[in-house]
Amino acid sequence: MDPQSAALLAKDIGAGLATIGVAGAGVGIGNLFGSFVSSVGRNPAARDAMFRDVLLGFALTEAVALYALVIALVILFT
Amino acid sequence: MAGPTIDPLGQFRLMTGLGPLGHAVNFTNSNEAMLASAVIIVLLFAIGLRGGALVPGRIQALVELLYEFVHGMCLDAIGAEGRKFFPLVFTIFSFILLGNLIGLFPYFFAFTSHIAVTLTLAMFVFLFSTGVGFYTHGFRFFKFFVPAGVPVWLLPLLVPIEIISYLSRPVSLSVRLFANMTAGHVMWEVFAGFMLLLTASLGVVGAVAAVIPLGLNVALAALELLVAGLQAYVFAILTCLYLHDAVHMH
Repeated sequence: MDPQSAALLAKDIGAGLATIGVAGAGVGIGNLFGSFVSSVGRNPAARDAMFRDVLLGFALTEAVALYALVIALVILFT
Repeated sequence: MAGPTIDPLGQFRLMTGLGPLGHAVNFTNSNEAMLASAVIIVLLFAIGLRGGALVPGRIQALVELLYEFVHGMCLDAIGAEGRKFFPLVFTIFSFILLGNLIGLFPYFFAFTSHIAVTLTLAMFVFLFSTGVGFYTHGFRFFKFFVPAGVPVWLLPLLVPIEIISYLSRPVSLSVRLFANMTAGHVMWEVFAGFMLLLTASLGVVGAVAAVIPLGLNVALAALELLVAGLQAYVFAILTCLYLHDAVHMH
């Protein structure tokens, strides 16, 4: 196999592997919202006070997934 | 493969506008969007605050809502000294919010989808909050990296970790905003490319089947609207938290 197509093949494989990292964010975000739902079940009055922190936690966790996505895009397109 | 191909990253190319004058000063579509964002905010506030009625009209109510929201966030996150930093946080919040929202419209450009722009904003926030820390505390600001109640033998391991995590703040702040915006627009482009591919390769059947990627794109538009507001809020609240660290040092 000549070097050009070997490099393209390696890029595709590398981008696919890098995307596995977003699975961790799925676990984390599901965990966060699961504990939010169960804590609202215990104390419905605290919902509005807690919701801002939930959104902040969601965005911070999502960021880690997007770091993996950025690396996948960098591998694929440069 | 023949037919239309999907080019997800071509939409982020910068093109100069305004003819030869724009080309000379390199006035790109990114600059246009930034100018539009700033002008819209200034106009919104100029029009909204013109009447100054006790019972606000619609635009004044919107303006007051934005103001109260960011003001409350500043005071909650930074404490009583938050009032000094409110203009900065409000500027950052509204600039990024409008930048994200402007990018949602077709053929418009989201200037927050370039790492250069978000890195500039994040570096400014980082350097400013470090400067505030040194200004408020002098060289005792270095005690920020030594958490309270840590045994002495653990310090040579913990302090470098604390320093590295502090230095990674501008990186995470900028990449979070950049990657959210870029990922959203890339997904839009990819699904739109699917619609074209289906229509080109399957004809009428493809055109009917292309309703599925179209529905996905519409759902993505709702998600992108949420993400636009949320990322602006997260950038602003992290700015407030870093300023809290600088002012209060814990």
